[in-house]
Amino acid sequence: MNQTAGINDFVIKIANVNGTGSASANALVMKTVFRMGVPVAGKNFFPSNIQGLPTWYEIRVSKDGYIARSGRVDLMVAMNAETYDQDRDEVSAGGYLLYDSTWPRVRRLEREDITVLGVPLSKISNENFEGARIRILLKNVIYVGALAALLDMDLKVIEQLLKDTFASKEKLVASNLKAIHLGYDYAKEHFECPLPIRVEAMDKTRDCMMIEGNAAAALGCLYAGATFGAWYPITPSTSLMDAFAAYCKRYRRDEEGKNLYCIVQAEDELAAIGMVLGASWNGARAFTPTSGPGISLMSEFLGYAYYAEVPAVLFDVQRVGPSTGMPTRTQQADLLLAAYASHGDTRHVLLFPSNPEDCFYHAVKAFDLAERLQTPVLVMSDLDIGMNDWMCPRLEWDDSYEGDRGKVLHAEDLEKMDKFHRYLDSDGDGIPYRTLPGEHPKGAYFTRGSGHNKYGAYTEDPDEYRDVMERLLVKWDTAKSLVPEPTVIAKRGATSGILAIGSSDAAVREALDGLHAQGLPLDYMCIKAFPFNEQVQEFLDKHERIFVVEQNRDAQLKSMLVLEMDVSKRKLISVLHYDGFPIGSNHVLDGIMSVQEQGSAA
Amino acid sequence: MTYIRKPKVEYAGQRKNELGLNLRDYEGGLSTLCAGCGHDSITAAIVQAFFELNIPPYRAAKLSGIGCSSKTPAYFLSPSHGFNAVHGRMPAIATGASAVNPLLHYIGVSGDGDSLSIGLGQFAHAIRRNLNVVYIIENNGVYGLTKGQFSASADIGSKAKKGEENRQAPIDPVILALGMGASFVARGFSGDKGQLVPLLKAALGHKGFALLDIVSPCVTFNDHEGSTKSYAYTRENFQEATHMDFVPPAQTITVEQKSGEVVSVRLHDGSHILLRKVAEEYDPKDRGDAISYLQHHHEQGEVVTGLLYMDVSAKDMNAVMNLAETPLSQVAWKDLSPGSKILDEIFEANR
Repeated sequence: MNQTAGINDFVIKIANVNGTGSASANALVMKTVFRMGVPVAGKNFFPSNIQGLPTWYEIRVSKDGYIARSGRVDLMVAMNAETYDQDRDEVSAGGYLLYDSTWPRVRRLEREDITVLGVPLSKISNENFEGARIRILLKNVIYVGALAALLDMDLKVIEQLLKDTFASKEKLVASNLKAIHLGYDYAKEHFECPLPIRVEAMDKTRDCMMIEGNAAAALGCLYAGATFGAWYPITPSTSLMDAFAAYCKRYRRDEEGKNLYCIVQAEDELAAIGMVLGASWNGARAFTPTSGPGISLMSEFLGYAYYAEVPAVLFDVQRVGPSTGMPTRTQQADLLLAAYASHGDTRHVLLFPSNPEDCFYHAVKAFDLAERLQTPVLVMSDLDIGMNDWMCPRLEWDDSYEGDRGKVLHAEDLEKMDKFHRYLDSDGDGIPYRTLPGEHPKGAYFTRGSGHNKYGAYTEDPDEYRDVMERLLVKWDTAKSLVPEPTVIAKRGATSGILAIGSSDAAVREALDGLHAQGLPLDYMCIKAFPFNEQVQEFLDKHERIFVVEQNRDAQLKSMLVLEMDVSKRKLISVLHYDGFPIGSNHVLDGIMSVQEQGSAA
Repeated sequence: MTYIRKPKVEYAGQRKNELGLNLRDYEGGLSTLCAGCGHDSITAAIVQAFFELNIPPYRAAKLSGIGCSSKTPAYFLSPSHGFNAVHGRMPAIATGASAVNPLLHYIGVSGDGDSLSIGLGQFAHAIRRNLNVVYIIENNGVYGLTKGQFSASADIGSKAKKGEENRQAPIDPVILALGMGASFVARGFSGDKGQLVPLLKAALGHKGFALLDIVSPCVTFNDHEGSTKSYAYTRENFQEATHMDFVPPAQTITVEQKSGEVVSVRLHDGSHILLRKVAEEYDPKDRGDAISYLQHHHEQGEVVTGLLYMDVSAKDMNAVMNLAETPLSQVAWKDLSPGSKILDEIFEANR
C-alpha cells in the first residue's frame, strides 16, 4: 500500500458524537498545530442538535497557507460507531484511520488502501479515571495524545495550551495532561511514530490569531462605537451577540459600573430591526445580527429604512435555506433576498467579508456607511466564516478613529438656519441632511414610510413622489464610490477570470494556483460590496469569459451581475456549490476544469 | 391635498405657560381625520397636557404605527420629531429610541388594530420591559382606514354599521396590561377631556410604561346604535372608578384637594397625583382586585375609567439594564473604542 506522506500538508477529520465534549479536544489539536507555527484551519460540521447526532471537525494543516477545504481526508479519527462506514469511505487512498479499539471492529473499518490504527481509548480512560462524564471527556483527550505521537506534535505546546485553557484549575490541567500522556505512550508503544504525515514546527503563524468571524464582527461593532444591539437568537449568528456582550462587559462600563451599551433580546426579528431603527434614528450606532429567516422577517422594516433613510447595520450570517433549511450548514443563498429586501423599489448596500479579518473591518465600515448613506447596510457573512476557526492577521486600529456620523445637523447648525427640510439634496450626492430628536425645535421632522416629498411632508403627488425616488438612485450611485473595493489577483496571460464573494475566496485562491499549475492562468476578482462599482464592470469587460463561483443553487451572484451590470449572460459561467458544507478548492478546480474539457471536446 | 399646515396666529391675551409658549406652540398640522373623530379630542388633550406641564415641545418624541390613530402625531407638537413606523411595530421603535436617550418624553400613539392584532406581541413585550413611554391606544373597535372591519377590541354582540354582529371575544388592553405586569394602567374617554388631561399628565410623570386606553368613537364606521364603542353607548355606560387630580412639582396640595378619601402618590419627577376613589370597592394598588373588578363590570356592559392601577416602585427598562446616565447616543468616542492596546491584548489571548 502506498501510504500518504508529507510534512505539514494534510487533513485530519475527527468524527464525534454531539454533546460528548469533543470540541475542546479537537480545538487542542488545531491550536497545537497553530502554535507550532504551521498554518491551519478548523471547520466544524455539526448537526442541529444538542446531544446524540454525529458531528465532525476538520483540520487542514497547510505549509502553503491554504485554508479552504481541499476535498481530502488524510487522517480520520473515527469516534462515532454510527458513522463508521461513511467515515471509513471518506479517507483518501493511502490515508489513515484511528478508532477506539476497546471493542475491536477492524473488519468493519478495514479498507485495502488505508492504514487502520486501533487505540483502546475507552478502556484506557476507564482504567485511569473515575466518573462517567470525566471518562467520556478524557477519552477525547487521549486521542489527542495519540495524535501527538502519530503526528509528532510538540507535547510542550499542548501542555501550555492546557494551562492557558484551564488557567487556575490545576486539577483539570493535571488530569488532561495525564490523558494526553496515556494516549501518547500507547501510540509510541504500538505504532511506528511518527506517521509519514506529520507536523514540523514552522514560523508562519507568528502574526496571526485564531478567531471566528462572529467574534471578529463583534469586535468591529465594539470598536466602531455601537452602543445598541437588538437581536433574536438564531443559528449561526448567535455567537456574534454573545461575543459582543462579553466584550462590552469587559470594555464598556463607566466608572460607576454602569453600562455604556444596551443589548435587547427582542421578541422576534421584526422587533429586533425596529429597535435598531429606533436607536439609530435617535442618534446611536445600532445593529442586529441574524440569519436568512431573520432577514425575511425584517424585510418590511428594511424597506422602511431604505425609504425613510434611517441608518442600520445588519449581519446576515447565512445558513442553508430555503425555509428552516439546514440551520447548522453554510451557504451564500441570501444574496438576492438581502439586496432587494422588501416590497416596492428597494435596494440595499451589502458587504461581503471573506474571513474574520474582513468581518472586523467591514463591521466598522458598515456603521460608517450606514450613517454616511442613511440606509441599512447588511454584512453578508456566513456560517463558515462566522463559526469556524480561522487564522486572522493582527487587527490594526487607529486610536484617533472617530466614526463617520454622516450628514447630521446639530443644534448649533440649526440655530443658524432659517428652515430645515429633511430630504433635500443640497450637495448633489443624493444624501440629505438629518437631525436628531431633542436637539433643537428647528430640527423637527416626521419620519414616515408613507409617501413624502423632499421637504419631509406627506404626499400623494406623483411628481413629489418621483422626485424622492429618483434622488434615492443618485444616492445609490454615490454608494458605489464609498463601498469597499474588490481585491484582484492578476495572472500573466489570463484571458478569462473568476469572480467570487465571501467565504469562497480561500477556495478560489488555492484553485487559482492549481489551475495555473495545470496551464490555465486566470485572473481573479473577489467582490467586497454591492452596489458593484466600476472596477467590477472593467473586470467583466476585460475577460472573454468569467467563472462566477458561489455557494447557492440559483447562481444569485451571477443574476445580480446580469441585472446590475452591462454584461452578456453567455460570458458568465457558474461554478456552484450548495450542499451545505463549505466550498473546497477541489470544487472550484474541478468545476472550472470540467468546463474547460467540455470546451475542448466540442 | 393630504397635508395642511396650520397657520399660526398670535392674538392679545393668549395664555402662555412658564416657557412663554402658548397652546398653539404645542399643536401640529391640521387633522385630516373625519369631523367629530374621537382621536382629535385626544390630540387636543395631549396638546394641553404638554402645554400645562411646561415641557419644551422639541424634548418630546412622537411615535406611532399605522392606522387612523397613528396619523395623529402629525397633528400635535410640530416642534418634536415624529416616527410613524410600520403597522404594529411602534413598540420596537420606542424600545430602541428610549434606550439610547432616556432624557426625552416618549409618547406613542396606537390604535386597537395596531396594538391588539398585528402588534399584540410587541405591545406585550413593551409592557414586559416597562419602557419609559406613554402608550396611548385610541380604541374604537374598528378598522377605519380599510372601512369598517371589526377590530380585536370589538365586544361580543357589538354591531357593525351594516348590522353584522361581532362573535369573537374582545381583547381588553387594560386587562391584558394588568396581567402582563404593567406599572401604570388607565382608561379614559375621548369625550371627557377633564379626565383625560390629568391622566395624560400623570402618565408623562410616571417612569415606566404608562398605558392609556382611550375609548375614542369612530364617527364614520362605529358610532351607530348597537355599537359598544359609540359616543352614546360610552356616555351611558361610563363608570369612573377613580378620580384623579394632578399636582405639578412646584405646587402645593390644597386643603380642598385633601378632603375625602384621597391617596397622594409622588411621581418620579416630583409631581403628585391625588387619587380619590369613586367606586367604593375599587383599589388601584391591587392588581388582582383591579382585574376582577374590571372583568365583572365589563360583563355588565360598563366602561370603567380612571387611573386603574399604578406601581411607582417598578424599575423601567433602562434601570433594569443598568444603563449609564449619559444617553448612549451621546457617549464620547474615547469611551466607546477600547483602543489599539486592548486589541493587541485580544490578539494575544486568541493565539
